[in-house]
Amino acid sequence: MLSKTTSLTIRTPEGVSFEVPIASPFSRCLALAIDFAVVVALTIVIVQILGALTIATSALPGLGQVFSDFGTGAMILIQFLISFGYGMATEWLWSGRTLGKRMMKLRVIDERGLALSLKQVVLRNLFRLLDLLPSTFYLLGGISCLVTKRCQRLGDIAAGTLVIREVSATPPSLEEFVRIERNSFAALPHLEARLRQNTTPEEARIVLDAMSRRDELEPSARLNLFSQLANHFRGKAEFPDEITIGLSDEQYIRNVAATLFRRASV
Amino acid sequence: MILDVEKFIARERTHWDELAALLRLQENQPDRRPPLDEAKRFYYLYQRTSSDLVKLKTFAGEAETTRFLENLVARAYSRLHEDGGEKVPFRPWQWLTRTFPSTFRRHWIAFALSCGTFWIGAAFGAAALKVNYQSKADFIPPQFSHLNEKPSKRVEREEKQDFDAFQGRHAFSAQLMTHNTKVTIMTMVTGFLWGIFTFVLLFYNGTIIGVVIFDYVTDGQGTFLTAWLLPHGSFELPAIFIGGQTGLVIARAMFGWGTNLRLRERLRRIRGDLLTLIGGAALLLIWAGIIESFLSQYHDPRFYPWKIGVGAVQLTGLILYLAFCGRKAPDKTTSPA
Repeated sequence: MLSKTTSLTIRTPEGVSFEVPIASPFSRCLALAIDFAVVVALTIVIVQILGALTIATSALPGLGQVFSDFGTGAMILIQFLISFGYGMATEWLWSGRTLGKRMMKLRVIDERGLALSLKQVVLRNLFRLLDLLPSTFYLLGGISCLVTKRCQRLGDIAAGTLVIREVSATPPSLEEFVRIERNSFAALPHLEARLRQNTTPEEARIVLDAMSRRDELEPSARLNLFSQLANHFRGKAEFPDEITIGLSDEQYIRNVAATLFRRASV
Repeated sequence: MILDVEKFIARERTHWDELAALLRLQENQPDRRPPLDEAKRFYYLYQRTSSDLVKLKTFAGEAETTRFLENLVARAYSRLHEDGGEKVPFRPWQWLTRTFPSTFRRHWIAFALSCGTFWIGAAFGAAALKVNYQSKADFIPPQFSHLNEKPSKRVEREEKQDFDAFQGRHAFSAQLMTHNTKVTIMTMVTGFLWGIFTFVLLFYNGTIIGVVIFDYVTDGQGTFLTAWLLPHGSFELPAIFIGGQTGLVIARAMFGWGTNLRLRERLRRIRGDLLTLIGGAALLLIWAGIIESFLSQYHDPRFYPWKIGVGAVQLTGLILYLAFCGRKAPDKTTSPA
């Protein structure tokens, strides 16, 4: 199996580069299962409606026979249209998302990060017939997803598309972990300046990541992490004992975050 | 220098929210063309957010906000930078009279290969039946088991039946349309496996036709066969050949003969042609399905000449359409001296 790429890096003509996370085969399978259930449910509903109409018109002389035959024909066509058209219609109307993809927070995009075009939508859905082989086991598509670097089924390769994970579109509030009641480091602005001077952007990022994710950690891991971070930052600028005494490791790092990311208030 | 993230977010947040709102509007209405002022504002917001993203990545490295901005910039980028050619609105008449026939002609070698493979398969089927007539049942697929009957018996039975305009016709028509469309799409998409299965499918379908033609002709039922197959076959078979042609165009792109381009780029360049060809084949199949249900299955000997005439006119018309429609007239003013 080839090594997987977990994100697509796009560099725009304006010189900005950004990363888009690629969906895993597992989440795509779940989205596919949801879509399959939707297609089956839609088909059943339409078949029931046409069946009811056929029964209702069967008593009418002449027309009953015509409608019965017409109903069967319409049913075959509608089944065919739903099985092919569902993916095409939803992906086109919802910017690369079927119902299953919406629920799994996935989206189809052009492999260069451009807008998805109608011909790409149509082609990737037509190629599903090939991905489904043999029979309807999705073996070709599945193998292709597993062996290609960017988890593309054959339809994706032909249409030049890939499926990405949508990340949260809500900006996080920094206030929660940066605004503290009292930043005791603020009493010593020259030491705060030294701390800022000695801290690299990568170290600052680690501090913020630790602050924003602290509630997700196990208590022991949380203690351990903040202990290591506090020890590391104590070497950056030595604050006197009267400032740091009684400060927990986590509180120490909160002070560091407040010092690094906002103007400290005295 | 490390950015004051809180102040930065507070200052820029209104612009990000505005961009997000415009993106939601555009994503909910994909066909909407924004007015000029809105498009200008959108571009400004995209540039500003891109610049914020660069600042944040360079000076702060704050993960959550970076992810949020990457999401915004990615969505805005995809809205601004569309693939070429998408802005031209679809014109059905122009597509029918120019795009489809000229695309067909551009890939005529693939069509010739597709057509040739089919008829080689037909010759093989006929030859196999001539050598061993008992093998007929081995060639006929289960869904066409009625073809195992001796042709003269079937003709005798069919010619005695009354024509009922509605009995089973709609259902049969729909079944044929969907089945043939699936065969055509399959012939196309298997081109992705370097064309091997496209050739196999064309040869296999040709074999069945060859067996049927040989069987009916040697049993003296040539007129019945022509009146039965020609009206719909004049559209149905070319549609399958076009499916094969499309598959072979894909296969050529897979092999990449005569080009240094990467596979991704080769596929990108033929995408429009693939859709045009498969769209044309689908139209032919819809018409063939209707004709097969309402004309081909009507076996009254008095109408055989009419049916054959309709089939011949359709086939001639289709050949002329594909060969000449949409060609540019030669420029008479620049004739050589």
